[in-house]
Amino acid sequence: MNFFESIRIAFRSLRANRMRAGLTMLGIIIGVAAVIALQGIGQGAQNAINSQIESMGTNLLFIQPGSTQQGGVRTATGSAASLTLEDARALADPASVPSVAAVAPETDAFAQVVAGSQNINVRIAGVTPEYETVRNMPVESGDFIQQAHVDSSSAVAVLGSTAASELFDGADPIDQTIYVNRVPFRVIGVLKSKGGGISNSDDTVLVPITTAQTRLTGNRFSRGGHVVSSINVQVIDKNNMSQAIEEISAVLRERHRIIYDDDFRVQNQQDMLQSVTQIMSILTLFLSSIAGISLLVGGIGIMNIMLVSVTERTREIGIRKAAGALGRDVLAQFLVEAIVLSVLGGALGILLGVGIGKLVSGINMGGMTLTAQVQLNSVLLAVAFSAAVGLFFGVYPAWRAAKLHPIDALRYE
Amino acid sequence: MANVIELIDAHKTYKMGDVEVQALRGVSLNVREGEMLAIMGASGSGKSTLMNILGCLDGLTSGTYHLAGEDVSGLDDDHLARIRNKRIGFVFQSFNLLPRTAAVDSVELPLIYAGARDRRKRALAALESVGLAERANHRPNQLSGGEQQRVAIARALVNDPAIILADEPTGNLDSKAGREVMAIFHRLHQERGITVVLVTHEPSLGAQAERIVRIRDGQVISDAPVTAEQKAAAAANHYSKGTEEVAA
Repeated sequence: MNFFESIRIAFRSLRANRMRAGLTMLGIIIGVAAVIALQGIGQGAQNAINSQIESMGTNLLFIQPGSTQQGGVRTATGSAASLTLEDARALADPASVPSVAAVAPETDAFAQVVAGSQNINVRIAGVTPEYETVRNMPVESGDFIQQAHVDSSSAVAVLGSTAASELFDGADPIDQTIYVNRVPFRVIGVLKSKGGGISNSDDTVLVPITTAQTRLTGNRFSRGGHVVSSINVQVIDKNNMSQAIEEISAVLRERHRIIYDDDFRVQNQQDMLQSVTQIMSILTLFLSSIAGISLLVGGIGIMNIMLVSVTERTREIGIRKAAGALGRDVLAQFLVEAIVLSVLGGALGILLGVGIGKLVSGINMGGMTLTAQVQLNSVLLAVAFSAAVGLFFGVYPAWRAAKLHPIDALRYE
Repeated sequence: MANVIELIDAHKTYKMGDVEVQALRGVSLNVREGEMLAIMGASGSGKSTLMNILGCLDGLTSGTYHLAGEDVSGLDDDHLARIRNKRIGFVFQSFNLLPRTAAVDSVELPLIYAGARDRRKRALAALESVGLAERANHRPNQLSGGEQQRVAIARALVNDPAIILADEPTGNLDSKAGREVMAIFHRLHQERGITVVLVTHEPSLGAQAERIVRIRDGQVISDAPVTAEQKAAAAANHYSKGTEEVAA
């Protein structure tokens, strides 16, 4: 008897017991669908977060002020006013920090912004022209802040897309006037939307850094320089991130005359990416193993049904043996039946899993749109695993069927 | 003519727990090619064991068994399965068709395990020889008992076996269907010279064979041709049964 014959017989016998076959497969279907969907969604979430992080710009380092210690009391990281505009200029010098491509200092404040009858409370970021490329913030219309604006502390502003639509409700904001803390600013540009994310740039108003310092945050000085909230640094080569960190640290320590503890902190975008990837992988693995357990339970269901089936069809086995079936023909028949059950269940499970992935895709989660990515790997894994489940849990019932004695089997009532 | 079955001093002992049961105690039996033989005996006489041995469903404890010139005494399960497939057609009392399976698929069964070609064609031809060509796609539950038994005969025939072993083939049938089934056996026997071994406890059935072998306590107690008188009595019995039915 050949293999196709076994498959044909298996399908015929499953067709004869549709309800039972369907319920048995359900265990495998749910298990495989869960594995596929969870891995797909996990991968999709990881991609979404990665693209969020990457949309901030590439090869970035973030320099933030550290904490200060006054009379033994340590303040929170970022609260020290230790970074200045002059620090940023020093870091832009290729002679002392050759790994750095561009430097974009920024100073942040929250303020009430008014335009006509509308008003919103948003983050006001004082920036330099480099900010556009370093943080990857192209304008949708109008212009970005120019060096001339910075030099002359002009009262001009570039609106994030959400801020623009909330203040102007669809009207063109260019050359309109907005009031930030009652100071009038002329709108010169609107940023392209980035779809929210970690530092929601759509909900921001950008102004020249010098204007922010003089008119909004008040002039704060440290060591004779203008204080900034943080400095964004773009590194030339992704592989030189740690070298860049060392160069930057050396320059800042020198400028700040540091002996013991740094009063700044350098964060690596790559590290953020890596830790996110790591967390997501662990989470996906964790969820998939739970789904895998349900696959195992489904396999036990198959074994149960196959044992019932062998008992129920003892007479049929006797008939087949009387007609000349060898032990291995009977073994093959029941084994193939178990494998067909599990592989068919696996195939339906893949369809269901992909379907769930499609259903979940497009749901907006806190400004991120998740696209479940079903990977070929996990599909192959699911198919192989479900076949293995069928094989493993089918062997024992099939072996029991194969070793039945024809006389006993024929006499079985 | 050559002997298709040569059984010499066959012993079969079963172990049931600690007790040994001697089902056959030295049975010797020859069956000529093209013969129609009846094996008769009460239940417990060993006739079922003998039929299992002759059908290669079971091996001997001692003795030798030649089937169609081949010694099959010491063969293992797989070899016995091949012999059954090639040499023996079974007809059982309870038909034993595959449930929920079309007649033609049931008939094909021995051909599948033989790895034969033209299976569908041969299965249909076998069904035609028992007069069931139009019922090829009917399932057992759509067939009468007589028709089911005829499908079983077609299945027994399909691989051109050396012998057909029929175990109480009319036991589950009413007398009319039983006569039809027996008529098919007679026709196959006469037209195609097929060797038929009937196993039965019913005298009227045994009398339709050419020779009766009686078994008791695991031994052959008589082995004699059927006389004309016995034949006539059996025919009369059948005839009277037939009229009773008509009257009823």
